[in-house]
Amino acid sequence: MKRLRQLALGVLLAVFVTSLLADFITPASYATQFRDSPNVGSSWKFPLGTDELGRDRFSRLIYGTRVSLLLGPAAALLSTLIAAMIGGAAGYIGGSTEQLAMSATDLFLSLPWFFLLLMARAMLPLNAGTWSSVIITFALLGLLGWPPTARIACAGAKSLRESDVILQARASGCHGLRLVMVHVVPNLAPTLFAQFWILIPVFIIGEANLGILGLGVAEPLPSWGNLLRELGDYTVIMSNPWSLAPAGLLLLVMSCFQIALSRKENSV
Amino acid sequence: MRRRLLFYLFLTWAVLCNTFAQSSGELCFSLHAEPKTFNPLQAADEASETVRYLTGGVLIRVNRKTQAFEPGLAVSWRVLDAGRKISFELRQGVSFSDGTPFSAEDVAFTMRALTDPGLHSPVGDSFRPASGSVSTTVSGTHRITISFPAPVAGLERLFDQLIIESSKSPQKEKAVLGPFCVADYKPGSYVLLRRNPYYWKRDDSGRQLPYLEYMRLDTQQSRETEMLRFRRGEIHLINNLDPGMFDRLAAVSPASARDAGPSLESEMMWFNQVPTSPLAGYKKIWFRSQNFRLAISEAINRNDIVRVVYHGHGSPAVGPFSPANRFWFNQSLKPPPFDPQAALRRLNQDGFRKEGGSLKDRDGHPVEFSLITNAGNKTRERIAAMVQQDLSQLGIRLNVVTLDFASLIERISQTFDYEACLLGLVNVDLDPDAQMNVWLSSADQHIWNPHQKSPETAWEAEMDRLMQGQATTIDPNVRKAYFDKVQEIVWQQAPFLYLVTRNALTAISPSVQNADPGVLWPQAFWNAERLRLTSDGAGGEK
Repeated sequence: MKRLRQLALGVLLAVFVTSLLADFITPASYATQFRDSPNVGSSWKFPLGTDELGRDRFSRLIYGTRVSLLLGPAAALLSTLIAAMIGGAAGYIGGSTEQLAMSATDLFLSLPWFFLLLMARAMLPLNAGTWSSVIITFALLGLLGWPPTARIACAGAKSLRESDVILQARASGCHGLRLVMVHVVPNLAPTLFAQFWILIPVFIIGEANLGILGLGVAEPLPSWGNLLRELGDYTVIMSNPWSLAPAGLLLLVMSCFQIALSRKENSV
Repeated sequence: MRRRLLFYLFLTWAVLCNTFAQSSGELCFSLHAEPKTFNPLQAADEASETVRYLTGGVLIRVNRKTQAFEPGLAVSWRVLDAGRKISFELRQGVSFSDGTPFSAEDVAFTMRALTDPGLHSPVGDSFRPASGSVSTTVSGTHRITISFPAPVAGLERLFDQLIIESSKSPQKEKAVLGPFCVADYKPGSYVLLRRNPYYWKRDDSGRQLPYLEYMRLDTQQSRETEMLRFRRGEIHLINNLDPGMFDRLAAVSPASARDAGPSLESEMMWFNQVPTSPLAGYKKIWFRSQNFRLAISEAINRNDIVRVVYHGHGSPAVGPFSPANRFWFNQSLKPPPFDPQAALRRLNQDGFRKEGGSLKDRDGHPVEFSLITNAGNKTRERIAAMVQQDLSQLGIRLNVVTLDFASLIERISQTFDYEACLLGLVNVDLDPDAQMNVWLSSADQHIWNPHQKSPETAWEAEMDRLMQGQATTIDPNVRKAYFDKVQEIVWQQAPFLYLVTRNALTAISPSVQNADPGVLWPQAFWNAERLRLTSDGAGGEK
């Protein structure tokens, strides 16, 4: 099992490094349209063939991986930090603060977040630029995805508050911010760290869902979401099996995350 | 003797079998949404209009192939009093689907219902005059005259949409005069139509139409599933095929894929020219410049869009009407040429300069704008991506933004917070009078700058004059001269940049006989009463 986890981490690292080196290893820009070669199959020039506009699938897959793998963790970090502040504070302080914070969290959980995302996306400035649209999309995912983690953080902080460790620290004269930074945060960190890992694939899939609706990362920048849109038409897959490559990579990365995650969870 | 008797019995049986085979059968196709109403006077969505087309009887029918008017429930008609009146001689011996006789009183009843403001009939909007009221004069049981307070251009075409309802039938709007009537309806599942036993039309051999016993309209939103079912032989027709699907079908079943040529549908983009819009001042100047609009138009390679996005099943668009509209299309106009150098020269005339790969206006602002389109429409997203690359050759940065449809409509019609928009145009009416709400500067669909109190430019004032002129003239040739000029102005001023006219692509199972798809809606089943199925009935891939 340990070897499998190491393999999974190795695959994740390889995929991540490859995507960072996209500028050097891709044969063409992700946006270049080879209009004389739309929808062609695999060849030396186009290792994974081309899409409907004649863009090199391989280049788009590598660049798309970079977008999703860079910004997925960023959004997860944002979400985890918000959750830690709201949930952690609520659980640690307790009383009416906890009730208020958890009511707000429940309210957030019950909101139709997908439609909120659509609304928020529609209200963005139109000339936001391609990279801005990417960052905004993931930032929205991060800003709206914190409530489940906040509940877990609250429960963790609450049990810490009543734990012997904190009681002893208080008895030793440790109070206020020092108590939080020295005793609460380090004890809560493994829980938050596990949540951070769980949220990464959730946000990558979330962006993919938005991309399938055409509301994720703006053209011509690729992401796993807009690359997966092609798979909506089964006849495309039949005629060009290479169009399955993004789905295959997504599956591989998600599986590797799950395998790597099992170790993190066990360590909590 | 016995042998001869057996022979005659066999012959009779064979004839009966053949007759049964011709009139029986259930033809299936998909509706992409649930019909919102079965009341023909209130139909506004495509699913309801489909049911209306297949079940309703009209006085005059536009032949979807020849585009000529044909007698329907009226055997003849005359336009009188310079377009203020139309007089019909009605067909005799016709009955509704429940056996109730049809008479002029039914036409008068329908007109009263149609023009009733309380009904809010979308069809009635075309008949309802701005002032005054429509009146009917019944002369005998089969003669009626309908009078309008003011002349109506292209009066006959209005009656292609007017489904006659019964004034006496206890079944009310369920009693119909068309080839089929509604037999069963399961919400979310299907609409089953049964042949109307009283339908008046007969084929050349005197046999009563329609040939089909049933038509089943399955509710099916997914185009991919629709194609899958077609290839399995579960449905027989598909209208408006996506070019990619069409090619894939043609590869496995060439006889099923039918390209009827240029349709009336085109894709177009336009710039926001609303003076009060929240855009930067310098952008408003760009978008209101004729040179800027024409330069963008010339920088777009329409042939590439046709080839790459439409797989060759389209043609570069010319203007508001495509060559599919045989009478009204201005034959002297050609698609705008693809000429990036000429585009750059035009931009130079307006003070634009290319510096370091980026185009800048006379004040040094880099030329960058956004193009919005509706999310989920892959064809438009591909067109936008191609326009984006074409404009990048001029140093223009185009940001493509896909929005959900409600947000897009709000931006283009209420807040005017957009720069350019890419959408499609679907012409269902051949007559330009139906486009008054687009070309008049005061109209709400004058989408680049709607609701003008008075025309803001000389060319819009001229278009107003020409459109009013064609609307108040009855002579079709004079009207065409007016609208030809409108098309020329649109070509020269480019308020809309027409990009591509798509072909009418349909899938028709080889088991369907007499299918003759046209370019006008409803392409594949416009002659539904003459369609029949071969005895095997299925047309899937073997």
